[in-house]
Amino acid sequence: MFVLVVGGGKVGYYLSKELIENGHEVVLMEKDRIRAAQIVDELGSIVVAQDGCEGKFLRTAGANRADIVAAVTGDDEDNLVICQMAKHHFDVPRTIARVNNPKNEDLFRHLGVDELISPTRMALGSIEQDIPVHELLHLAALENELEIIEAQLQADSPAVGKSPSDIVVPEGCSLFAVVRDGVATPLRPDTILREGDKVIAIGRADCEVALHEQLIGDVDEEPATA
Amino acid sequence: MKYVIVGCGRVGAALAEAFDNAGHEVLVVDTSTRAFDRLPSEFKGQALRGDGTDEDVLRRAGAEGADVFLALTEGDNRNVMAAQVAMEKLEVGKAIAKINDPVRAAAYADLGIATLCRTTMQADAVLGFLGLGPTGMPSVIAAVPHVHSEA
Repeated sequence: MFVLVVGGGKVGYYLSKELIENGHEVVLMEKDRIRAAQIVDELGSIVVAQDGCEGKFLRTAGANRADIVAAVTGDDEDNLVICQMAKHHFDVPRTIARVNNPKNEDLFRHLGVDELISPTRMALGSIEQDIPVHELLHLAALENELEIIEAQLQADSPAVGKSPSDIVVPEGCSLFAVVRDGVATPLRPDTILREGDKVIAIGRADCEVALHEQLIGDVDEEPATA
Repeated sequence: MKYVIVGCGRVGAALAEAFDNAGHEVLVVDTSTRAFDRLPSEFKGQALRGDGTDEDVLRRAGAEGADVFLALTEGDNRNVMAAQVAMEKLEVGKAIAKINDPVRAAAYADLGIATLCRTTMQADAVLGFLGLGPTGMPSVIAAVPHVHSEA
């Protein structure tokens, strides 16, 4: 396959290197001449030292016969334009863009870029996995250090399958309602709690740890947030 | 009429002043506040520092639903992207992007963006002055009326 890579930064360099090792034909466009010469020294004469945003140079680099164009510069607007030029002006079947601002992903897709690489989104995804979602949510603070708390039950929460009388609530705290499928109902003695239920409790702030243990699960099992 | 101008260079500032004098609502966006020195002291419009390709910035500034959106920065691609954000996300009436690369200008005109190409405008002006024929490349292209797509 003939792949035209635009942008000779770290991503473009290693991408080209891997593609060559896998037997593909690669042309790399890098407008900075010093950087371009450096890549030539390492990967051979696969570099066109011109601006890949400019139509004339895309043609020189062979955009009209490329199977894939991968725009991996550090600037979103450049990557968008390279892909759009490739697609609409050179009829390239497949375009790939690096997107730095996750907010641009939607726009890029909408404007016809086939594939997106989003380093920011990937890093964000890894970080979010480390943040516990099994948290008590504070809905309101009342007088005398009382507060209204919501606990969303997970599949492995101890309260799942139990009725209110099976749950040992800390002193000074009471469960009073459950929100299921968007409908709030008072907790009755015959209510059986299920996964996804949001249990609404009222209690003192110092009951929180015990309440968390009873409803959602052991606090110590939460992944570290450090 | 509401005009949004991204890029307060000489052209941007001149147009902002003209629209303002004609009594229109004008919003100018530039990444540098120094660029706003080009605006006259009696300018009544809004001048906002920010990235004109960022949807959030434009929305906060009130660019949504503007009648005319002009992308006039020094970067062709920034202009292209700003104009497309304006049309696809902010539902402006008309968007014009300054694109100095004639090939790119022609390609984007095909995609429904009105483009302004200084390169061919100036080359044609010189050729005309010398009594020679124009470059043959369009410099100001009327956009195909844009239909907001649903997807």
